[in-house]
Amino acid sequence: MGLFNLPNLPLSALLSQLLLGLVNGSFYAILSLGLAVIFGLLNVINFAHGALFMMGAVLTWMGLTYFNINYWAMLVLAPLAVGLFGVLTERLLLRWIYKLDHLYGLLLTLGLTLLIEGAFRSAYGVSGLTYDTPDALAGATDLGFMFLPNYRAWVVAASLGICFATWFVIEKTRLGAYLRAGTENPRLVEAFGINVPLMVTLTYGFGVALAAFAGVLAAPVIQVSPLMGQNLIIVVFAIVVIGGMGSIMGAILTGLGLGVIEGLTKVVYPEASSTVVFVVMVIVLLIRPAGLFGKEK
Amino acid sequence: MAPPALDIKGLQAWYGESHVLHGVDMVVQPGEVVTLLGRNGAGRTTTLRAILGLTGARKGSIKVNGAQTIDMATHGIAHHGIGYCPEERGIFASLSCEENLMLPPTLKGAGKGMSVDEIYEMFPNLAERRHSQGTRLSGGEQQMLAVARILRTGARLLLLDEISEGLAPVIVQALARMIRVLKRKGYTVVMVEQNFRFAAPLADRFYVMENGRMVEAFGAAELDAKMPVLNELLGV
Repeated sequence: MGLFNLPNLPLSALLSQLLLGLVNGSFYAILSLGLAVIFGLLNVINFAHGALFMMGAVLTWMGLTYFNINYWAMLVLAPLAVGLFGVLTERLLLRWIYKLDHLYGLLLTLGLTLLIEGAFRSAYGVSGLTYDTPDALAGATDLGFMFLPNYRAWVVAASLGICFATWFVIEKTRLGAYLRAGTENPRLVEAFGINVPLMVTLTYGFGVALAAFAGVLAAPVIQVSPLMGQNLIIVVFAIVVIGGMGSIMGAILTGLGLGVIEGLTKVVYPEASSTVVFVVMVIVLLIRPAGLFGKEK
Repeated sequence: MAPPALDIKGLQAWYGESHVLHGVDMVVQPGEVVTLLGRNGAGRTTTLRAILGLTGARKGSIKVNGAQTIDMATHGIAHHGIGYCPEERGIFASLSCEENLMLPPTLKGAGKGMSVDEIYEMFPNLAERRHSQGTRLSGGEQQMLAVARILRTGARLLLLDEISEGLAPVIVQALARMIRVLKRKGYTVVMVEQNFRFAAPLADRFYVMENGRMVEAFGAAELDAKMPVLNELLGV
């Protein structure tokens, strides 16, 4: 088999990898969006994002297994629960370290990650838990040129929906203007009479709720396990570096785009698929150190 | 009689470990225009920032329209009717001109502010450039915007920090006209000014600061008599 066997590639294989890439890209997009929002206002690199993504997925599994709460309800409940956890985390822990270097935020959230993952691992071990695709989205649709698995289509649609909604709120509404202004100069925004500490708390809660939302979406497609966040978060951090921290739309587009690049690499040269993101990261860092959408300081 | 718009007694403030205000006393009556004079580093900007709780620790008493605010959080203090225009203007780059204008929320305890139409009438340039990115405006336009946005909120006590700094003479004249209009409309204004010739004809009263304290306080009528002292204190 040659290195570049693109010409004799069946179209359906290409399309299915493209879809898989989009599905992964959707998770990347939601996660890097949450990281970007949190970093913007809190100046905290939220290392716990992967663990909270995992928490969303495991809570979804727990909901069904212990309380018979279905997927659709957990799609709302898991982000709410994780968001509440985030609110408490911000109030009790993160609040104390804003004046310190970024590094402390990273260390604190890394510590949280170890605690959260450790707790779930001691309860459920490291082998995966299975979560069935909800009935309404089982099966696939024949598009003529390929079979489109319904659940994957739903993941992409739901992710795009939530990403677009978040972008709209931040870029086009008054609430978003507070957030953007707060990212630039929080003290001045507070001097105008806006309760910035509350806004910071809710932003962290919202950012981690996004991670949990991605976790719920992932439960039926990625094996649910206490370590599922670890595998993903490193790639997501690379994506954030590629996109740059400056832009909401940048985080979304970079996430989706790199998912697709990863998927296509699987078709062309599968061995490189798990490293291609890092290769892109190196190239981008050489050419644009602030990232594709980042602002040079 | 209405309480003073601003009544500061024995205000001390710190930035971290460094003690920057050493007991500031100052009273501003409703409708007055008061100017803080002093050399760079005398503590004038810090006084404005301390009123809003933007310094580190504070001690003493700051009553805004009669309400004690020394123990309040910054966002709570603003709602007692304060509009703040910081040094360097504080225009947000990620917001359009109009978004900058609409950013400060209407204050709870305050009266009715100017409507957006009134503001655009007063600052026609801002209406023209409402969709431009905030920091793409010229220096003068940014300064107008920085003041205009606090007129919308219902704040009656305006803290203006170096609004004439770095602007062309014609813009500075426009700002002086604006201060007169605001005074006529009954606003209370506390200005920090380096530009003595801009501030002198506008103010009803002057405070002079040195080393984090008020060292002189006098009315506009005494200005001529005080010039020798001012020359010595400020080097004007």
